[in-house]
Amino acid sequence: MCTVCGCGEGQVKVAGHDHDHHHHDHEHHHDHDHDHGPVASGDDLHYGHGPAHAHAPGLSQARMVTIEQDILAKNNDYARANRERFESRGVLALNLVSSPGSGKTSLLVETLKCLEGSFPRLVIEGDQQTTFDAERVRETGVPTVQINTGKGCHLDAHMVGHALARLALESGAVLFIENVGNLVCPAGFDLGERCKVVILSVTEGEDKPLKYPDMFAAAELMILGKVDLLPHVDFDVDRCLEYARRVNPAIQCLQLSARSGAGMDGWLDWLRGERRTALEARSAALEAELARVRGELAI
Amino acid sequence: MHEMSLCESIVGVLEAAAREQQFSRVRRVRLTVGALAGVELAALRFGFQVVSRDTLADGATLEILPRPGQAYCFQCGDTVSIQQRFDPCPGCGGHRLQVTGGDELKIKDLEVE
Repeated sequence: MCTVCGCGEGQVKVAGHDHDHHHHDHEHHHDHDHDHGPVASGDDLHYGHGPAHAHAPGLSQARMVTIEQDILAKNNDYARANRERFESRGVLALNLVSSPGSGKTSLLVETLKCLEGSFPRLVIEGDQQTTFDAERVRETGVPTVQINTGKGCHLDAHMVGHALARLALESGAVLFIENVGNLVCPAGFDLGERCKVVILSVTEGEDKPLKYPDMFAAAELMILGKVDLLPHVDFDVDRCLEYARRVNPAIQCLQLSARSGAGMDGWLDWLRGERRTALEARSAALEAELARVRGELAI
Repeated sequence: MHEMSLCESIVGVLEAAAREQQFSRVRRVRLTVGALAGVELAALRFGFQVVSRDTLADGATLEILPRPGQAYCFQCGDTVSIQQRFDPCPGCGGHRLQVTGGDELKIKDLEVE
């Protein structure tokens, strides 16, 4: 039995890269529905979508059943479990989201290089297919798990939970979860992260915060990337920031270029600050626990 | 595209409810969908047809109960109605709005047999 979610271990298979159509035929009922467990190869998890379970129809009288359940409840349960794992270890987890080609992976690789020799860093890479990004990130020496979502357009908390089982979550570590390049779907799926960081490059339209408002509303930080290209493109930074604040008045904004290094210090300072906050919360929880145990001793 | 995953979640909830509450067919599903839930209703309906095929909800009617978007305007100090996340406040025209409602995405009830 898998310790992440209780799904049968038979669903996680160590296999090659033949994972396009991975179906499970269960002869037993599950407590939760799992028709697309991952196929693992090395530190990479590959997902495909199997058909939903079939049930034989029966005959009985029509009646109403009240459900009142959030459709994302199951994802949110897994996200809560992931968040507890992060918080109980003082790990800062960030969910990096953007459209494809915004430079997420380049920013990540440069960030990891800048932080070499500092605190422990971990990466989960999400893509529909290929392990190209994970291979790029692994060159920095940082432990990386690639999740291939198959036909999926976003990472979900359950996939991330499985990936976490392959990473050593040390106290004070920073985990970067690079989501599938998509400014729509990942907005609704909590992975258990501290916050979402949305990356928008100046080679895209400055109106993206209005075109994809859900993502900018869900993010705490917007990074405007590739600013070294500003002299060559018609991108109005002020207008972009104004649009972003229209959908999210509280959003923080940083401007940088991973290529030239401009603005990287501000981003690294932000990261250090968030990591510090995560560790302070952990420290406070441990002190409270210590006080409780000492109280027990005094009895 | 995530509407497909949402439909898989819906069928998952239906299957769990079927085991708990002893029913074998779902005739109708009623969802509460907020205007700001980030869901494309046409895609949701299409996805439900595809995902529910050969399940206990095959052929079930999907009924959607819309909920309006709501936000708090810091300028007006009042709760206002909005249709989209970037809408200005209908009172002052400003954008200092915090969404307070209309982002729900719930299965309300089912007609089963």
